[in-house]
Amino acid sequence: MFKKSLVAACLVLAAPLASAESRDYISIVGSSTVYPFATVVAEQFGKTTSFKTPKIESTGSGGGLKLFCAGVGVEHPDITNASRRIKKSEQETCAKNGVSEVVEVKIGYDGIAIAQSKAAEALNLTRNDLFLALAKNVPNEKGEWVANPYTTWKDVNSSLPAVKIEVLGPPPTSGTRDAFVELVMEHACEATEAGKAIKSDKAKFKEMCFTVREDGAYIEAGENDNLIVQKLEANPKAVGIFGYSFLDQNADKIAGAKVDGIAPTFEAIADGSYPVSRPLFFYVKKAHVDTIPGIKEYIAEFTSEKAWGDTGYLADKGLIPMPKAEREQFSADAKALTPMPAL
Amino acid sequence: MNNSPTPNPAPAIDKVRAGLARRRAAEKRFRAYGLSGIILGLAFVATLFLSIISQGYTAFFQTEVRLPITFDPALLGIPANAPDQKALSTADYDALVKHSLAELFPKVTQRRERRQLSDLVSGGASFELRGMLLSDPSLLGRQVEVWLPAGDDVDMLMKGHFDRNAPESERRVKDNQIGWLDQLTGEERLVQRFNTTFFTAGDSREPELAGIWGAISGSFYVLLVTLSLSFPIGVAAAVYLEEFAPTNKWTDLIEVNINNLAAVPSIVFGLLGLAVFINFFGLPRSAPLVGGLVLTLMTLPTIIIASRAALKSVPPSIREAALGVGASKVQTIFYHVLPLAMPGMLTGTIIGMAQALGETAPLLMIGMVAFIVDIPQSMFDPATVLPVQIYLWADSPERAFVERTSAAIMVLLAFLIAMNFTAVLLRKRFERRW
Repeated sequence: MFKKSLVAACLVLAAPLASAESRDYISIVGSSTVYPFATVVAEQFGKTTSFKTPKIESTGSGGGLKLFCAGVGVEHPDITNASRRIKKSEQETCAKNGVSEVVEVKIGYDGIAIAQSKAAEALNLTRNDLFLALAKNVPNEKGEWVANPYTTWKDVNSSLPAVKIEVLGPPPTSGTRDAFVELVMEHACEATEAGKAIKSDKAKFKEMCFTVREDGAYIEAGENDNLIVQKLEANPKAVGIFGYSFLDQNADKIAGAKVDGIAPTFEAIADGSYPVSRPLFFYVKKAHVDTIPGIKEYIAEFTSEKAWGDTGYLADKGLIPMPKAEREQFSADAKALTPMPAL
Repeated sequence: MNNSPTPNPAPAIDKVRAGLARRRAAEKRFRAYGLSGIILGLAFVATLFLSIISQGYTAFFQTEVRLPITFDPALLGIPANAPDQKALSTADYDALVKHSLAELFPKVTQRRERRQLSDLVSGGASFELRGMLLSDPSLLGRQVEVWLPAGDDVDMLMKGHFDRNAPESERRVKDNQIGWLDQLTGEERLVQRFNTTFFTAGDSREPELAGIWGAISGSFYVLLVTLSLSFPIGVAAAVYLEEFAPTNKWTDLIEVNINNLAAVPSIVFGLLGLAVFINFFGLPRSAPLVGGLVLTLMTLPTIIIASRAALKSVPPSIREAALGVGASKVQTIFYHVLPLAMPGMLTGTIIGMAQALGETAPLLMIGMVAFIVDIPQSMFDPATVLPVQIYLWADSPERAFVERTSAAIMVLLAFLIAMNFTAVLLRKRFERRW
């Protein structure tokens, strides 16, 4: 037995040397927000074509772009999903590693819901309320920056109920958190007098407007949005921050709070009136299109009306489609594999 | 001698008596602490099992709908006479399901209602019909009654995970859909059956089509690599250290390091695997081979430590007797020491394997936390493993994945219990006491 397993071990070690040179499936990495949509397309693609089902890793937008930009060759991924646009610095890294031609495809929008248990009194928030409730430092009446003194929603805005501020949200590594900070906190902070005063000082502006409080009012609940839903159900006082698709799936347990007077509904996010929504993207490495089979067909599947259209299967999963004209334009660009210009 | 120690001869026993009640109470208290510790532990285990089983057992059943399906070439959009394989595999099977539903519910004509109607049946139904026709082309043109999986929302409603009486706007299954479902139930077209898909399919984003076979195959290949590497290497290392190595500073250093490695967090091995196997040797990402190599690194210290303990427990008299009758050192080890130490080594190995089976953290770094639909066929195909599958499902928004997550946990626990049970059996059956 001992000798046999030694032989087996040698075989196992020797075999891979021959196999790593080619790959017959698409390798996709990237955002955990795009993951539920990309996986549906991949599965559909695998079942309806003769190609293998693509492999999709959920690495986060930043992690995905890092892997994607590491170089050209079968050991690097072909496509990366992102819940934000590629940054200039990332594009430069890409170019430095030989990934010069990248096709950008915008796939639709995702709303970030501010939700609570059905049992709770419905909140009608503004972005300013959210900023004042969640920022580490807030301006006082004199316009000076002080550590956040608010403990209840009523302290923030007298029209809100006197309930303790308790917000469950994603950790800093999450794209959802980035988007929340940018769309809610930065926006509201910019609008205050104190925010305007420090706008020119970039570092100070970032420190004051982008930092979420750490005194227990904002609770980092991990990347698992289902967990937040369960906690909201158990604690009607708490408020949660997560992607719209989780609100859509759990509409019997939780309700979305209005933000600036608009409730997070499919229609409101689609027409752009709900303020906390962001575009989702995927990026294709053009150099791989001819070496890895199926990339063109995968793009065609993703950009088809039956996938990302108004009544497509992605809409069923909670993706908010783009307007028709925008869809047509991105679909045409994607099929022609037009590389994106330098940012 | 002439000095008697104390005038009173009985103070010692009095002292003992005086303290007796206190000592007994202390002993009782200590026992109570121990017992309550055990009861608390058991209560936690029982709660865990109860919550998992009560949440998950429904996943072993799946709601199915019986539909009269006519394999009509006109609907399928293929020629009626001897269509070739390609035409059969690309035909429009969705149309068959829609047509069948439309015949069952002739009153439904509105476009929106039709969509709601076709949501009752899983999107995977068309693939099932395709499989049927491809394997038996003579079905073409005939009408058969087919059991097809229901959509996940319907499944959740039938299992009682959705509240029928909630206001319609808060329900994923609408009033008219419930009406149709009641009609189907009345016609005995809607039943819950054993969910074979769960055990035979790979991952899917449609809960009713998702299964754990892909993850089980992945775990199998990973453990195969881990076992075939870590067992021989671990045993060889243990034999050398225990039987041949001189005792000096170097072997002391190695011993300390092995003991320390056993306590290193597993994510560190993942990073090491990423740097060495993928970036340096260029092995494919997400492959069970790399997963197995990483887990080998992780389980080696456990196996070495267990194997050394097993070797140590073989009495020196065995070795001396063998050497005494003229056996060489290698003969002594292979014919006498190893066979006696083997049960202990195997137990250690199985425990190490069970640990490896439950590991996710190191696999995160090497790309095995991924959505993979195709069942891996070799150790180079991209694959995922059971605990990763549980993690991925736990993170999915669809409600029907909640019960599937618990069901997958049950399967994983069953494997772990079986492995540990084997270890116990081996020990009971073969262990020699000296």
